Parts: sequence; structure tokens; C-alpha cells
Amino acid sequence: MVHDSSPLPVFRAEGVTRVYKTGTVEVWALRGVDLRLAEGEMVVLLGASGSGKSTLVNILGGLDLPSGGRVFFRDRELTQASDRQLTAFRRDHVGFVFQFYNLVPSLTARENVALVTEIARNPMTPEEALDRVGLAHRMDHFPAEMSGGEQQRVAIARAIAKRPDVLLCDEPTGALDSKTGIQVLEALHEVNRDLGTATVLITHNAAIQRIAHRVVVLADGRVIRDDANAERVLPAQVSW
Amino acid sequence: MLRDLRRIWAQALAIALVLGCGIMVLVGAQATQSTLIQTQAAYYERHRFADVFAGATRAPEDVVQAAALIPGVAQAEGRISFQAVLDIAGMAEPATGRILSLPAAGPALNLPLVRRGRLPDPDRPDEVALAEPFAEIHGLVPGSRLRGVLNGQLRELTVTGWVLSPEFIYTMPPGAMMPDDRRYALIWMTDAAAAAAMDMAGAVNEIAVRLARDGDERAVIAALDRLLDPYGGTGAYGRDRQVSHAFLDGELQQLGAMAAFMPPIFLLIAAFLVNMVLGRLITMERAQIGLMKALGYGRADIAWHYLKLALLIGVIGVLAGWGFGWWIADAMIGLYGDFFRFPFIIRDWGTQALVISAILGIATAGLGGLRAVWSSLKLPPAEAMQPPAPPSFARGWADRVLTRIRLRQTTMMIFRSIIRWPGRAVITLFGVSASVGVLVMSYFMFDAVERLADSVFQQANRQQVTLMLAHAQSDAAVQDALTLPGVLHAEGAYAMPVRAVHGHRNRLTALQGHFPDAELARLVDDAGRVVEPGASGLILPEMLARALDIRAGQVLRLEMMAPPRAILNLPVAEIIPQGMGQEAHIAAAALFDAMGSAPQVNMIHLSVQSDRMDDLNAAIKETPAVAGLSDWAEVRRQFDATLSENLLTMVGIYTLIGVLIAIGVVYNAARIQLSERSYELASLRVLGFSRAEVGYVLVGELMLLTALAIPLGWGFGYWLALGLVGAMSTDMFQIPFHITRRTFALAALAVFLAALGSVMMVRRRLDRIDLATALKARD
Repeated sequence: MVHDSSPLPVFRAEGVTRVYKTGTVEVWALRGVDLRLAEGEMVVLLGASGSGKSTLVNILGGLDLPSGGRVFFRDRELTQASDRQLTAFRRDHVGFVFQFYNLVPSLTARENVALVTEIARNPMTPEEALDRVGLAHRMDHFPAEMSGGEQQRVAIARAIAKRPDVLLCDEPTGALDSKTGIQVLEALHEVNRDLGTATVLITHNAAIQRIAHRVVVLADGRVIRDDANAERVLPAQVSW
Repeated sequence: MLRDLRRIWAQALAIALVLGCGIMVLVGAQATQSTLIQTQAAYYERHRFADVFAGATRAPEDVVQAAALIPGVAQAEGRISFQAVLDIAGMAEPATGRILSLPAAGPALNLPLVRRGRLPDPDRPDEVALAEPFAEIHGLVPGSRLRGVLNGQLRELTVTGWVLSPEFIYTMPPGAMMPDDRRYALIWMTDAAAAAAMDMAGAVNEIAVRLARDGDERAVIAALDRLLDPYGGTGAYGRDRQVSHAFLDGELQQLGAMAAFMPPIFLLIAAFLVNMVLGRLITMERAQIGLMKALGYGRADIAWHYLKLALLIGVIGVLAGWGFGWWIADAMIGLYGDFFRFPFIIRDWGTQALVISAILGIATAGLGGLRAVWSSLKLPPAEAMQPPAPPSFARGWADRVLTRIRLRQTTMMIFRSIIRWPGRAVITLFGVSASVGVLVMSYFMFDAVERLADSVFQQANRQQVTLMLAHAQSDAAVQDALTLPGVLHAEGAYAMPVRAVHGHRNRLTALQGHFPDAELARLVDDAGRVVEPGASGLILPEMLARALDIRAGQVLRLEMMAPPRAILNLPVAEIIPQGMGQEAHIAAAALFDAMGSAPQVNMIHLSVQSDRMDDLNAAIKETPAVAGLSDWAEVRRQFDATLSENLLTMVGIYTLIGVLIAIGVVYNAARIQLSERSYELASLRVLGFSRAEVGYVLVGELMLLTALAIPLGWGFGYWLALGLVGAMSTDMFQIPFHITRRTFALAALAVFLAALGSVMMVRRRLDRIDLATALKARD
């Protein structure tokens, strides 16, 4: 089911371009992307390496600014925001999950989550967040003592603990084997279902697309396909 | 390699500067020391500086021949020397002069060097030559005139020339603490004129002796003492007790101490820093090292590559150190040139120090690098090409405590990082505390001088003026002094040069007789306590007691060196800590009781209405009973002027050094932190932490270490200052050991600011990190 009926989308991108200049060479990472993300929606961004997926998600998450076009978060234009406003935007509204987890190695699982709950406005407790991703029993372990899948679930717990409006996941299963990858997808799926957090999930793994409400395919900096899934499957039904 | 150097140039420079500081001190102090030693030796040799000096009240001229015949003596010369009060045009207060006679045949020892004009003509009894510094200040060019009271007679004298002498490289007026070129003159006069003025025809009162090559100084001194005993001998002494030589030697000794004392600290810190930075560089280049190994490069090739980098840092440090060292040597030689009166300077570049420092500097960097390089060699190529595993954190007792106190997670990150890499934290602690220590030691010099000045000028000597009487008089003279213009209060005192003898040890010193209820000139110890001499017995300062190896309760023999030449055997009642003190003290009543004479005074301390000083000075110039005068305000001015210039230079150099260490250590530590944790810190930014909050993790750790290092540095500085006191204290005086809170606070503040500045420089780099790229690039 697609939530197109929602009057105000979470994200609205209009004609977004991003050009990187390296010396005299201009690299066009995005060449005019339009995208809407509705409340509670889960979208998979699919595309080959270099297609512009990560650039788009970085811009949506306020980590990067576009060279052209406009991006709105609800009614706020991110493309006009200052560095300070973008920091506050990330802090209050966005949860990030990355391919390499980005956990702080010197903090335990609980402390990594607490890092965020200490600065968030209305967080859940670190214990609750870790329980959601099935890691209640590993709370006092350091990242170096956990498997990749466990570390990624800690990263998800950290991302959702602030009850974000949107969850941006850049290749969350990229470094994991399929069994652990599916566990991570299940965690994301449950968060989307139970908390209604709008979720963007970047992958180049086509098998994953079926768990989303909608699939957007990027190639060469443009959206070449934007289709709603007629029928979603559960992560457990996916395999690769 | 140059590419590597370019990458870490700021860090390499910081290390090279710390290394350079050590080398700078070594080269600077050694070059200064050897320049002064060579200059001194050449000056002594060319101007035939005597080896042994002796005084007497009045000895017939033929004792000079007898002295020349003492075994071990190569040459002997006699002269007449006495004090005079001078009236200099344009100067309200009287100056004091020491008149020295020139032998008719021309001097053979302690040859005066004529800098301008000529020596006095033997046929003109009113001609004199003046010491250059005094003449220069007063513009007394050849042909100028001055008036002097010589042996109670007012005389008009004509200046013929300016002179320097190896005897007076450093000139201390009698009873003063500092040179006073304005108010103390050395005056050379022909033998005949001096003899006529003092009724000393056919007699001498000073003998100087040059030893033969194998002459035994002690035997010669003993023989001279025996020879002069019948003529009121005041005790012969070697160069070690000759004021000018002893001061110069003390200064040279201090330079040697500085060259030995400071550099090892810097070299050690530099070695640690090289190790840290190179270790980090190698970690970042593991993949490249693995690749080189896989391609077949040998361990030696790779090790040499990195070692070269360390050695290059060493070479830069050595060259910078040489440059700054020479510059400092120039500055210090300039200062010494003003302070000591050398007619010429034989510049020595301290070749030995250059060689030693080059070896030490390069070896330091090499050794520091070696350890880091060693770890790179142990990695098998396959492992080296993998990114390093995430560091594991163990839970020790410290961690349990930290978890218990529920810190914020960013604070937790700071503590965990310190606990995880204690070695690195220790290097930072050590470096920063060394820097605090150096500053405490350097600011301590101000404390010491202030303490000294306070003790001498505020506590002990509260009189404005001290009159030296030509002859001891009954204490009625104190009442007479009250009639002088402007005098509010007068106090008599009695001082006598003595030889103090205990067992086989003896010292030339002075005995001070204290009258009861003295208000102006008091005996004060280092703790500021006013010591009232008891009914009987001597009070000795610690250093004199140590030199004589005498304890309280033992008896000291005192032989007076001037009439009435009494010999007293007195018990030591008390030994007091008194850094500047060299003299023995006794209650006047006990002294005159032991001498069997009526109370006398030969000094009068005055407190004077400040607006009547000119009247007093004028009156004193006409009072033959007064042989000399000390204006204590002037003494204080001289003291401040001389010390402030020297101290400011030294303290400036040490402050620079201390701050450089702090910057070198903290900047490097911060850069390493940043490069190791940029990924982690960028992650925090992504999570919504502000620049300031992320900066806190970086700045917080180093500033916490700095804060911890400060008390350690205080302790270290305390120890350094103690060492300095030991190294700088001579037989002449001991620096009072007292460090004020201000010194501790200033040292802490300077280092704290230097550290903060260094971290903030690195923090600016953190602000510039591009989040999107930082998250991708995992090293």
C-alpha cells in the first residue's frame, strides 16, 4: 500500500543536482532528481555503484548540500538551512544507518545508544531500543566483541532510539552475509511497521527491493524508475 | 619520503622545535661558557693577572722582595691601596673611590689596560687614571678634574686616562651586593703620590703574587701570612676569594650547569614525539607497507625509509638548535659583555657542543623512530594490507568506576581513550608537565630575587644611609650624627674584617656587632624572622658554618684583620638559614666584653628626611670622620636595574622553551587523535552533535591531560628549582628557595593557554572535515 494520500510528504526533492569538482573535471553525481517520501513509507533506492544513491541520501539527511534544486523536509527547506540548522535537523529528525556501522569503539552497545538518547528530545531508553533489535543480552559489550550483524543492529538501535521521523540506511547489509543481513532487515522492517518511521534504504542488492512499499531506481544521477510494490514480502522471505 | 614529510610537516616541525630547544640550550650555554672562559684566560694571560693576593696595615717595601723569594712564587709586586671619598661635579651624593698605586718602574702584575689617554705621569702627583665604567658614566675625559678627600685632605685631581684591569672584570664596592659603576671608582695613582697622600713612603699595604708553574698555592698563602703577620697581615687568598674572579667563575659554573641540566629533558620528549608521530604514520601506511613487502622489498629497505624520515627531523632540529643556540649565545655574550668588563671578546663557536649536540639530536630522533619502525616490520604483508582491527576495550577497575559515576558518553569516550592508550597519555602528561616545570623554574628566579630584595631592603636594611667612619669612635658619634641635616634617627654598628678559623678550615669574613633594640639594620633569616643576638655567642649563617664545618656549641677563633687586631675565641650560639649571609654576628655587649674594651662604633645607619638628602650629602663631603657612605635607595636601584635586565632575558628564553614544549607535545597528540578518530568524530557529527560537542571530545581529552599534568609539572618545577638553587649557589651566596603561588599560577596559565591554542588549531581542521567523505574513507 502506498501512502500517496498523505497531504505533506516527509521529504520532497525537486530537480536536485550535485556536481563534484576535482581539479578541472566536473563529476555530475545527480542530474535533476525529483523524489517524494511519504509519512511511514519504506522506499528502497536501488542502483549500481556511482549511480548517485548515497549522494541523494546524504543530501536528504543534511550531510551534504545540492548544487542545484530544492529539498524540503515537511515544510522546511533544507537547501536554505545553515550548518547549525542542519545539525539540529539531524539531531532531532533523522536516524542514520551505514554500511560500516559507525559505532564508537570505545563505548559499549548501551553507551553507543545512550550517546544519542542523551541529546535527543524524546528518546526511548537505550535498553528499549536495544531490546527492539533483539540485543538486550549484549548491552554491555564493546563493538570489538560483537559480530557484524550485531554491530549493525546496535547502529539501528542507536538510529531509532531518538524516535526519528525518518531513517536513512546506506547499504546496511552491504558488509554482512545473507543470514545476518536478513536479521538486520527484519529489525528495520519492524521499526517501520511499529513506529511508522519513514525509511529510505539504499542497496545495490535487487533482492531486497520487495520488502519496501516503493522502489526507486537510480542510474547515472537520474531516477529511471519509481514503482510501488504491488505486494510486499517479509524480510524472512527474501534470500540472496 | 619528502611526500611523507610534507604530509606531517607541521608535526615534524613541532618535534624539530622541541629537539631544537634542547640543542639551543646546549649550544647556547656552551658557546657562551667557552667564549667567556677563553676570553678570561687570554685577558688574564696578557695582563698578567696575579694568583695570590694579600693585605697588611703597613709593611716595609722589602717584604715584596721577601715575598718574591718564597718557594713557588714567580713574581711579587707591592702597592698602596686605600679608600677615598670623591666629589664629582653633577652628583649630589659623594662617590667612593679605591685608590691603587702604580709602581714607579711600571706595573708587572695586574697590568692596567689603557683604553683612552695615558697613565699618570710620575712627576705629577695630582694625576690619576680612572676605571673606564665610572669615567664613562660621568664623562670624566682626560683633562677633567675631580675632588677627593684623601686621608682627610681635600685634593684636586686631574684625569689622564681610562683604564680596565683583569682584577676588576667585576667590581663590587665594599659592603655592597651589586656593582655600582656610578658611585664606586677605581683610581690609579703613581706610587709616589699615593705614598705622600697616605704617609706610606717606603711601605706597601697590598701584595700580589704570580705563582711559578709548579707553585703550591696553599704553601705560598701560608708563607705570605707568616711574612706579613708582623705588619698587620689581613690574610692572603687565592683567585678563588678574589671578588671579580669568584663572581666570573660562579657565572661560568652556572652556564655549565644549564648546559648539562636542561637538554636531556627536551631530548627525551623529542624522542617520544618522534616515536608517536612515526608510529601513527606507519599505521596509516600499513597497506602501503604490506604492498611493498608483497612486491619483495626487504625489511631493511622499509625500515630505512621511515628511519630516514626520523633522521631528517633530527637534522632539522639540530640545525634549528644551532641557529637559535648561536643567537642566544650572542645575546648572552652581549649581556655578559655589559656586566663584566672585558676589553675584548674571543668568540668561541662551541665546536665541541656542536658535535655533541648533533650526535645527541640525531640519535634521539633515530631512537624515537626505531621503535615505531620496528613494529611495522613485524607485520606479515597479508595482515598489513587489511585495515587494522577495531581497538578492543577491556573493562578494568577504572572502567567499573567510570561506569558507576554515570558520565555523559562523550566524556566517557575521553576517559576510555586515556585508559586504552595509557602510554600515549603518559607521554602527553610527561611533556606538558616538563613544560610547566621549566616555567616554574624560570619564574622562580623572580621569586628568588624578590625574596632576596625584600629580605635585604625591606627587612634587614631599613636605613636610607649608612656612614662608614674612618676610625672607630665611642658611641657618642651616634649622637653627633643626629645633628647632621635631615637625620631623623641614627643607630651605631660595629663591623670588623676577620679571619674565622675552625680546625684546619678558615674563611675571610666580617664580624658584625649588633647593638640592642636596633630598628634600622637588623639581622633577618630566610624565613623573615628578626634574630636578636643573645647575651653571648656568635650567630653564623648556614653557608659560613658549613664552610668552616662548625656546629652550634663549638668554639670559633676570630682574628681581627684591622686594629685593634684582637683574637677572640667565641662559642657559636646559633646557626641561621640566610642565603645572602656570609658574616658572623654577635651582640655588641658580648663583643666588647670579649675584646675588653669600651663600646665603639665604626658605622652609623641613618634614617633621613627624603627631601633633605642633598643637604646631608653636601655635609658629608665636608666631614673627614666619614670615609664613605651607602645610599640604600641607590643600592636598590642598581640591584633592580642589573637584575631585571639579566632576568628578563633568561626568563624570556625559558618561557619560550616551556611554551614550545607544550605546543610540540599537545599539537602532535591532537593531530594523532584527529587522524585516528576522524571517522568516529565525523560519525558524531552525523548523529547530530554540534561542532562544539564533537570538538569537546578532542579538546577535552587533551585539556584533561593538561590539567592533570599541571600539578605534576608543579612538582617537577619544584624539583628543577631546587636543582637550580644547588647549581647556581656559590660560596658567595645562596639563592633563597621559595616559590610563590603566583609562579605556580603563571606557569600553569601559560601552559594551559599554549595547550589550548594548539588543540584549537587542530580543532579547526576537525571543523573542516567533509562529513560525506569522512564516512566513506576508512583507513
